[in-house]
Amino acid sequence: MLLGQALGLSAILFTIGVAGVLLRRNAIVLFMCIELMLNAVNLSFIALAQAHGLGGQVIVFFVMTVAAAEAAVGLAIIIAMFRHHRSVDLGNVNLLRG
Amino acid sequence: MTEAVFYLFATIAVLSALLCVTQRNPIASAFWLISTMLCLAGIYVLLNAQFIGIIQVLVYAGAVMVLFLFVIMLLNLGRGESDLKRWPVWTLAAGVVVLLLAELAALPHYSAERLALEYTGSSRLADPSMVFDAGKTAAAAVQTQGVTGAIAAPLFQTYLIPFELTSVLLLTAIVGAVVLAKRRV
Repeated sequence: MLLGQALGLSAILFTIGVAGVLLRRNAIVLFMCIELMLNAVNLSFIALAQAHGLGGQVIVFFVMTVAAAEAAVGLAIIIAMFRHHRSVDLGNVNLLRG
Repeated sequence: MTEAVFYLFATIAVLSALLCVTQRNPIASAFWLISTMLCLAGIYVLLNAQFIGIIQVLVYAGAVMVLFLFVIMLLNLGRGESDLKRWPVWTLAAGVVVLLLAELAALPHYSAERLALEYTGSSRLADPSMVFDAGKTAAAAVQTQGVTGAIAAPLFQTYLIPFELTSVLLLTAIVGAVVLAKRRV
């Protein structure tokens, strides 16, 4: 059933995503690392849905919808940030006011 | 055979994820992430989630990543100097990663028997085929109802209201993205 192997792979991918979020300053790469973490969680949902019934797959469906919405809004924020600072380096973003 | 294919996909997925995190060029990063997502789509098919696998290719590797690439190229971020953070963050990140991996190291030993034991809360050895309704497993559902029918039944019965709420969420996201990216509000 490949349950343990899939959960292990999911754990590894999630950890890589966390490392990326902590180490990179490029806002877009940071966003991609968040997508990587979402994918890792999706994988564990799918793995557990094999035995538990198909609710897990439905949740993955919802996660994908939320990820698409998050990407659209997040990239709009990045474009607004780029207009203001002329870069997407998160080191420049240290004020809440514009 | 299934296991061999799984390990092939898993290896490529992990390597691509590592390259995605370490590449300096955001475009290269995005392409490695697409590679990871395609491998995950293959793994979903192996785990009897064929419909989710297709959606993963269409929506994630297709639509979402095209949006990312579009923004990267729009902002002309192709060549940049290294954007890795300074060393204090590295020690923090290494600590967090080691801690997380240690916590998650228990997961690969997870089996269907242990899942059944935790699900029932009994101390005896539980048989997963007894605990989980055989008709509800992904493989059985795909066999009886077909690939899309298997996921459509819970989606439009148990999870109907969350499903409708996601449409409101998407509408909100569209309006929000337009308002944020517009030059003058």
